[in-house]
Amino acid sequence: MSHATTPATELPSPAPQGSPVVALRNVTVAFDGPPVFEDVSFDVAPAETRILLGPAGVGKSVLLKLILGLAPPLEGSVYLFGEDISHMPEQDLFALRARAGMVFQEGALFDSLTVRDNVAYQLIQEQVPDDEIDHRVHEALRFVGLEETFALYPASLSGGMRRRVAIARALIHQPELILYDSPTGGLDPVTCDTIIELIVKQRDVRATPSLLVTHRLQDAFTLCTHRFDSEQGRMVPLPEGQTIRNTTFLMLNEGHLIFDGSLHELVHSQDAFVREFLE
Amino acid sequence: MIAFNTIDRTVKQIVLTLQEYSLFAGSALLNLFRPPIYWTDFLIQCDVIGFGSIPIVILSGFFTGGVLALQSSATLSSFGATAVTGRFVSLTMIRELGAVLTGIMVSGRNASSMASELGSMVVTEQIDAMRALGVDPMRKLVTPRLFATIFMLLCLTIVANAFGIMGGAAVTIVLNHQNGTQYFSTAYESLRYPDILQGLFKPLFFGYLIASIGCFYGMRTTGGTEGVGRSTIAAVVNSSVLIIFVDFLITHILLSLFPS
Repeated sequence: MSHATTPATELPSPAPQGSPVVALRNVTVAFDGPPVFEDVSFDVAPAETRILLGPAGVGKSVLLKLILGLAPPLEGSVYLFGEDISHMPEQDLFALRARAGMVFQEGALFDSLTVRDNVAYQLIQEQVPDDEIDHRVHEALRFVGLEETFALYPASLSGGMRRRVAIARALIHQPELILYDSPTGGLDPVTCDTIIELIVKQRDVRATPSLLVTHRLQDAFTLCTHRFDSEQGRMVPLPEGQTIRNTTFLMLNEGHLIFDGSLHELVHSQDAFVREFLE
Repeated sequence: MIAFNTIDRTVKQIVLTLQEYSLFAGSALLNLFRPPIYWTDFLIQCDVIGFGSIPIVILSGFFTGGVLALQSSATLSSFGATAVTGRFVSLTMIRELGAVLTGIMVSGRNASSMASELGSMVVTEQIDAMRALGVDPMRKLVTPRLFATIFMLLCLTIVANAFGIMGGAAVTIVLNHQNGTQYFSTAYESLRYPDILQGLFKPLFFGYLIASIGCFYGMRTTGGTEGVGRSTIAAVVNSSVLIIFVDFLITHILLSLFPS
């Protein structure tokens, strides 16, 4: 929380350029009742990391599913990689989804498959040769620090390990967009730090645009105030007062997007709910 | 008024469920003719559904044949017609009981397992994860189960028929002390092609019902682990009842086409 009080001198990292990877325009979602959220619009630009904050049950996970076409909008348009997927048939969506990676709340690993087959799921469907699959799975598991789990089943992994395997599964295909659904929810602080470090590493090493859902402010601020040092091979804090420029915030509350801006704007927001949330 | 609204809501719900089921079952069927086709998953499901069900099908077929022989010989003896026990057992097993019993046994074992397995995958977001990874769960999970069940139920029905006739033979020879050759010769000679056609035609429909209903309830599971339980019950109850209902319809149609 202390980071929030420091004035933001933004790093001279490149500003997001080009057409947005994800764009929502006046989107409303409802399931047999009142809308989950209404009139939501925002973009995710290339190389940009957006952190979606909000209280539990506000529809953050639904919003992520909406972006991949896993849930349909009632109104408005959803653009993924420049294509309007709002009314796209399921069969046409598969090819677009394959270009993105998603880390689900509880990992959503396939129980009946080994870690190797979970991580390589997409590659197996594409009938990539076994030798190449093994090589790429080892590489992905090394990235998340879990190479020794190669032959294990998800049931024998801890909650944190399952999330890290899920991250490896999302990253193996070198996606053009990553969606993280509460990747640190319900985990101990040490495991949370490990996972946030992986997200920072992916952001800084591969510059993959991402949208991260969390209700842990500490994780959100860590993402903004740390960078991955490739030489040291670990996440390091930025000098006091500096933040990562292409990591910005969104906040949902009571069915509306009430904030869209940088860390500096977030901590200086006059919105009553934002202030309450931060405090 | 409240009662009218409740009836109105229930009827609409039933019609909606029927519509969703028809679209689901139709789509699963058509997927076999559109790539990609997951042959490995088809073979795995054949093993799980078919070979895994062999013990229960053998036991239920054998003892049903035995019971048929016991009951029929008691009745037939009063007419001095115990010699036709073999004919009675083989016709009943092949035309009717082999297919229906196997269908109900496989429904209890596999419709429940499909509903619970797919239901668990839905509530743990594994189905969403599969879709997010660019794989169609209908093609990957439902279509292989559907065709594996149809194919293996046909094979299992033949196994049940064979063991039913053997069960009848065991009772006829060991308990009723009758001639085995006579049993088998009447069992064989009384069979006509329409009887065999009827016996082999039904499992195709029953297999389709079992897998499509099991997968349908599994894929529309909501409400966590409790919802998985509800889906499993609904799958077994509906598939079992529909097997008997469809059996009645097919028997009626086939008897009209091939009168005895």
